[in-house]
Amino acid sequence: MPIDVAAIRTEFPTLAREVRGERLVYLDSAATSQTPEAVLAAMERYYRTSRSNVHRGVYLLAEEATDAYEGARTALARLVGADPRGVVFTKNATEACNLIAYGYVRRTLGPGDALLCTVMEHHANMVPFVHAANDRGFEVRYVPVSEDGHLDLAEAARLVADGRVRFAAFTHVSNTLGTINDVPGLAALVRDANPDAVVHVDGTQAVPHLPVDVAALGVDSYALTGHKMFGPTGIGALVADPALLERMEPMLTGGEMIRDVTLTGATWNDVPHRFEAGTPMIAEAAGLTAAVAFLEELGPDAVRAHEVELGATFLAALADADGITVHGPTTMAERGAAISFSVDGVHPHDVGAMLDARGVCVRVGHHCCKPLMRELGINATVRASLHVYNDADDLEPLLDGLAAARAMFAVGRSA
Amino acid sequence: MGELDALYEEIILDHYRSPRNRAPGLSGEDAQVHHSNPLCGDELDVRIRIRDGVLDGLAYDGDGCSISLASASAMSVAVLGRPVEDVLGLVEEFRLMMHGEQPGRADDLGDSMVFEGVARFPVRVKCALLGWMALRDAIDTFRRGDDANDVTHEDQHE
Repeated sequence: MPIDVAAIRTEFPTLAREVRGERLVYLDSAATSQTPEAVLAAMERYYRTSRSNVHRGVYLLAEEATDAYEGARTALARLVGADPRGVVFTKNATEACNLIAYGYVRRTLGPGDALLCTVMEHHANMVPFVHAANDRGFEVRYVPVSEDGHLDLAEAARLVADGRVRFAAFTHVSNTLGTINDVPGLAALVRDANPDAVVHVDGTQAVPHLPVDVAALGVDSYALTGHKMFGPTGIGALVADPALLERMEPMLTGGEMIRDVTLTGATWNDVPHRFEAGTPMIAEAAGLTAAVAFLEELGPDAVRAHEVELGATFLAALADADGITVHGPTTMAERGAAISFSVDGVHPHDVGAMLDARGVCVRVGHHCCKPLMRELGINATVRASLHVYNDADDLEPLLDGLAAARAMFAVGRSA
Repeated sequence: MGELDALYEEIILDHYRSPRNRAPGLSGEDAQVHHSNPLCGDELDVRIRIRDGVLDGLAYDGDGCSISLASASAMSVAVLGRPVEDVLGLVEEFRLMMHGEQPGRADDLGDSMVFEGVARFPVRVKCALLGWMALRDAIDTFRRGDDANDVTHEDQHE
């Protein structure tokens, strides 16, 4: 079923509001998506009817709370083709990347080893590994990004050739360039050089927009977050091979994650529970289940098809507009619908202010990709990102604001 | 669009389009600081020359939004030629104004007074303050006998 934007928009209360007297045009879903009624209702249902703590409860409410929490694990695993025992809930994707950095990388890699990363990573999928490398004395090697916004796989092959790369971390879809990376290709390349290498992928910008099957991607671990896929903030996951989780140490210890505790030590609970210390995010899990159902009902293929069509419309219009330079791949076949661009002679912050006055929400700045920004030779970009509730009506206010920004700031300047 | 007019007054646009004292270097420079605002990627260099306790020369340069560059331009006009103590007092007046307080030295702040409207846009306050905070740091750097400093503004409370 094709995406019916008008019907979908009625499901999102935020989209009905006005901003500064204008219709809200929300073009910042790559930062966080809006929340549908079903997700709000699921969270409210937990708080209004089943509020209690999970696990070990011997009464009905606690069973309902446990079902709500564990149900999210099953739902998420189903959405991304994973084993539920491999789904560890975290606060967000950043925490998921840190979990594998602390639980595996720091305990496994040392002097003489190497970790493969890429220049296009969000800080979340770079800093935990750089931090580990600085503490543990292993090397980080970076796959460069070509002018057209793709990872240089030929260079990647050279970087892994000596067999010392024991861990690779890269993104599925770039949050800044939009590039959809060849995950199976890069994973295979890493494993050809070292069959024992662990491949970790940041799927934050993929799961909300594309069909994702972690088994088919051939990766060992995959980070994602709920709040960009219509779910609440405060819940994400590390989706990993349970066998890899078995080899990992917990990052946080305490309640819930133990099997037995003595005065001098503790043994760990089974995976994935050993990585979820303390009372978890129960309402958020209930919301995430509803978000997964929302995505499944739309159909990830239909979501992707809608974004390919709408993204092409936006890309073509931006290419035609005066003084706009789009960064990253130019065709939707190679990219997602997060579109970064520069406006000639106008600082992104000023562009953002002009758009805000028209009710248009975009992100301006470095998008948590400072190394990539340096590579591109710029400080910041404007990013418009699309989702299922956007349509071609959102294009005009964007173009109008961009033209106004050019008229106000770029006159007589070439900065 | 009324709100936006408060942010981009004609005087601000004028300083942005025709910057005063913007230059990549300063002859006889005593201290140079580089300040960046990671929120928006703004980068600003401020160079000062102090003679007999007076701010005798100031040049700024960098890459930033209209608010940060225009604010640095208007600042340079307001502070040049003043005794260093007086400059620091003016920096404090501007800082308080950006946090919503009535500035006490409207005449001395001159064109910088128009940034009062920017206080209504919390995310842009930092932009307007960037040059002023860099100037204060340049004076501090000079006073402790150094000639350069590098600062990244991580928090919103300055």
